[in-house]
Amino acid sequence: MAEFEPVLLRRILKNASPSLEAYRADGGYRALDKALAMSPADVTKAVVDSKLRGRGGAGFPCGVKWTFLPKDHPGPIYLCVNADESEPCTFNNRILMHQDPHQVLEGMIIASYAIRAQVAYLYIRYEYGDATRAMQQAIDEAYAAGLLGKNILGKQGFDLDVYIHRGAGAYICGEETGLIESLEGKRAWPRIKPPFPAVEGAFRKPTIVNNIETLACVTHILDRGPEWFKSMGTPADPANPRDAGSYGPKLYCISGHVNKPCCVELPLGVTARELIDKHGGGVWKGRKAKAIVPGGISMGFLTADEIDTKLDFGSLGPFTKNGCLGLGTAAVTVIDEETSMVDVLYNICRFFEHESCGQCTPCREGTGWMLKIVDRIRKGLGRAEDLNILEEVGHQIGIMPGTTICGLADGAGWPVKQAIRKFRAEFESYIKSGKKTHTLQLVAAH
Amino acid sequence: MPTVYVTYTPKNNGKPPENLISAQAGKETLQLVPVEIGSDKLNCIQAAQRAGVFIPHYCWHPALTVVASCRMCLVEVGERKPDGSIAMTGKLVPGCQTPVKDGTVVVTNSQKVVHEQAQTLESLLLNHPLDCPVCDKAGECLLQDYTYEFGRATSRMIDLKNTPANKPDLGPNIALFTDRCIMCSRCVRFTREIAGTAELQIINRGNHSEIDIFPGEPLDNKLATNVVDLCPVGALCSKDFLYKHRVWNLKTQNSVCPDCSTGCSIHLDGNKNIVYRLRPRENPQAQGYFMCDEGRLGYHYINSKERFLRPLRRQDGKLTPFSYDEAIRTVRQMLKDAVAKDAFGVVVVLSPFLTCEEAFLLAKYAKSLSKAVQLALGPVPIVGEDDTYPKDRRGRPIQPVKFTIRAEKCPNRQGVERILRHYQGQLIAFDEVVRQAEAGKLQLLYLAASYPPRGDGWLTAEQAATLGKVGQVILHDLYPSRASEIAHVVIPGGAFAEKDGTFVNHAGLAQAIHWAITPTGECRTEGQVVLDLMQRPGLLHAATLRKELASEVKAFAALASGDLGEYGILLDSTK
Ligand SMILES: Cc1cc2nc3c(=O)[nH]c(=O)nc-3n(C[C@H](O)[C@H](O)[C@H](O)COP(=O)(O)O)c2cc1C
Ligand code: SF4
Ligand code: SF4
Ligand code: SF4
Ligand code: FES
Repeated sequence: MAEFEPVLLRRILKNASPSLEAYRADGGYRALDKALAMSPADVTKAVVDSKLRGRGGAGFPCGVKWTFLPKDHPGPIYLCVNADESEPCTFNNRILMHQDPHQVLEGMIIASYAIRAQVAYLYIRYEYGDATRAMQQAIDEAYAAGLLGKNILGKQGFDLDVYIHRGAGAYICGEETGLIESLEGKRAWPRIKPPFPAVEGAFRKPTIVNNIETLACVTHILDRGPEWFKSMGTPADPANPRDAGSYGPKLYCISGHVNKPCCVELPLGVTARELIDKHGGGVWKGRKAKAIVPGGISMGFLTADEIDTKLDFGSLGPFTKNGCLGLGTAAVTVIDEETSMVDVLYNICRFFEHESCGQCTPCREGTGWMLKIVDRIRKGLGRAEDLNILEEVGHQIGIMPGTTICGLADGAGWPVKQAIRKFRAEFESYIKSGKKTHTLQLVAAH
Repeated sequence: MPTVYVTYTPKNNGKPPENLISAQAGKETLQLVPVEIGSDKLNCIQAAQRAGVFIPHYCWHPALTVVASCRMCLVEVGERKPDGSIAMTGKLVPGCQTPVKDGTVVVTNSQKVVHEQAQTLESLLLNHPLDCPVCDKAGECLLQDYTYEFGRATSRMIDLKNTPANKPDLGPNIALFTDRCIMCSRCVRFTREIAGTAELQIINRGNHSEIDIFPGEPLDNKLATNVVDLCPVGALCSKDFLYKHRVWNLKTQNSVCPDCSTGCSIHLDGNKNIVYRLRPRENPQAQGYFMCDEGRLGYHYINSKERFLRPLRRQDGKLTPFSYDEAIRTVRQMLKDAVAKDAFGVVVVLSPFLTCEEAFLLAKYAKSLSKAVQLALGPVPIVGEDDTYPKDRRGRPIQPVKFTIRAEKCPNRQGVERILRHYQGQLIAFDEVVRQAEAGKLQLLYLAASYPPRGDGWLTAEQAATLGKVGQVILHDLYPSRASEIAHVVIPGGAFAEKDGTFVNHAGLAQAIHWAITPTGECRTEGQVVLDLMQRPGLLHAATLRKELASEVKAFAALASGDLGEYGILLDSTK
């Protein structure tokens, strides 16, 4: 196979890559020119045709989401750009914003044109100071160059203002309606749906929420066309009418017990093995992988036997053989054979217990209970029946069973359920062994 | 007619409804109760309620926005197709958030639903202290009730519970038992949406979430204690009631708050002749769901030791007790003599705290002595202006108004006035009575007062001085006051909690009040006193009197059945 030519990362780490001048020299804002020569509906159609699926985690077809906006709405319509990127081990949005902010901004402007938004909010997690500054710099340059503001690039009536909003460090602010609440200055309690944001979102107006990487893809789709985009990735399975395919390039983050943690861009559908061995430099210390997190810890685990699973939207999912929640953010974390799954699960439970917004009973109480149980198992006080409880609770919380408002609970339950199902023997022998692991108790920051 | 279908769960020795139908949902046969919903916009909880099926719920409240977070109300829904078959969605949905439409099937008893109800309750109890034996809410706690009906008998959790600190001073009237909270957020939404004052918030995240206030900003507004009723558990407690009584020993009567002309429907909880608390009673025709703290906490005078307990007469300048029977004979004679002498000089004053039945009896009795006896309205207490909610954080009212505390601080001016107009022809205000007394035209004043002790008392010092010039003053009242200082005969009056009768609120809504306690000592309600004066045998029976009133006074014709129902009857608006 010929070496893949990066699309989204092609300018990364090049000289002056964040500047407008350099971006333009590399063909930047050509896509915007092309888009402005089209009608907004045609831009949307190009994105629909490209079959681009959201990169934020849920994989919803991006263009289709745009068509959910009410027709002929008098406005305002908002674009909210999700740069909260808080799924553990995910760092591709950060690289895009920090190293090539104009690529992101161009996608935002094109998307705003397509959906007729005149205001776009860029919601960046607080921890990303460098990325925030790079984005602000790019926005300032864009205003000065007539790429933002009134009558953009001379297109009468196309106005756009972009505002950066910094989060305060909560995972739940990445959930699209949590993000909107937070943007409005409230506690990030995800909203009940319907209405979906496309109908009633920020400030109760129609709103499209898209991830940074999704919008970066939009730039290239407009520049090079939907067919080019669809030439990459895993095509839809013709036997499965529900499969929307996995097209285009994807930024895979590789972390954990590998020799070379990194972010690589590859067409969707690369296997976990290839990622780890070829791009991540293999498992560290000459060890083998015991478990692989395929796309952020909410997605569950692949076992060593499942290492040849393709990492795309169709190959990972509740109804596939591996039973993972999905592709998620495609953040691959490798857990080596010497690591205790009890410890891994403890860490995961601690994260979700800490990040549950606390609104829904099953999630609020379930995440707390799961942590207490795993902690107790870890301390040598586990019982065999605890594993059943963990599996049951893990299976029961979330929007998939219908017991919660947002998907955080699915993501909190999934790794627990899968850890028990896939690594039950290890948990059982840990419990039987009477081993005790004590952690220095962190001062709980609730 | 749009129809919704709700699953029927057989109850112990309950008969299934006659219109029950069987329908096929896949392999399963469902027993469904059809219920017509007309054009009403209902959620599953409301539709099921109309079908007589209860869906447990915590966070949902009809007066508050839907948050669908407690997940107690999970149900399965489907659609009944024209061919009678049913297609289920196969997913759990919150009944509170899910609207019904024609053909909606609401399944409340599938294995999935039943399992999830038990699961939600187990979750809620994970960090719950279960200190029911010392919890004020025990006995009327929805966590107890639902756990009993829908939950598991035991918890599978063996780990330590979270133990957040209690907040005994959340507000001057309210304590928070933090660990009992189930995070339904009703209290928070109430302060934001109804009071508008927004004192409450949730702090922290996940299972460490807590209800709290901002430092130095206590939960202190005129509607604050409603959060105690809204709280499904014993987390928010009214300090007024805290540790006073076990709720299962309370006897509850439906009544009406007498503290302003809004006339909030209430529950009156008492035991052994003591009133322990007032709670709002839902009434869409009156106030809605809530009541104000002034009314709620204003009842203590009923239990006060200061009240008159026996009839008194003035001897050698001092009020001295005498027997009830003698008092009745004396008053009857005084009236008779005065009317014989100069009926125009006899004035009977009816306070707006009397029930319609009492006012009716007294007016009728007075006019039976002589048509010339004058009937007048007692002072109508007005304090400030109508106070509407919600308010913003600066105390400015916000539209639309959701609750009004009225400036007119009495329950029945409207009712008493209607009676006065009928019997007197015109309305004689209290100032006119004072003028006549000043002019020396009065020889006997009969004051049916029984005002609760508020502010500076119901008579000003000047009024009392003027009225003191009247030769004979007969008084019904609850407490020693300026009025009793000038009275020659005092007959103890009754408080609203001791009365059966009718109050007519600001909008002309006639509502029934019922006695929860009996008058203490030798007190009788004013109504009973007048019956005794009239020598009508027996005890006061409000429904009978109401029928009589309806047939004799046109303004009350709407009450002809004698029964006001739970929500009362609107009198026609011509006063
Ligand atoms: C708990 C939770 C956290 C999420 N965090 C993020 C996030 O950090 N960044 C993101 O882009 N999407 C996140 N999402 C997904 C968003 O809700 C939403 O689907 C996404 O931003 C839509 O953009 P896309 O269609 O371009 O992917 C999260 C979802 C959940 C349930
Ligand atoms: S599922 Fe969890 S994080 Fe999501 S809204 Fe409910 S409590 Fe909050
Ligand atoms: S809130 Fe209810 S369950 Fe909890 S202690 Fe009080 S009575 Fe018991
Ligand atoms: S204090 Fe009561 S009303 Fe408020 S959230 Fe807790 S349980 Fe609900
Ligand atoms: S009552 Fe429906 S979720 Fe709480």
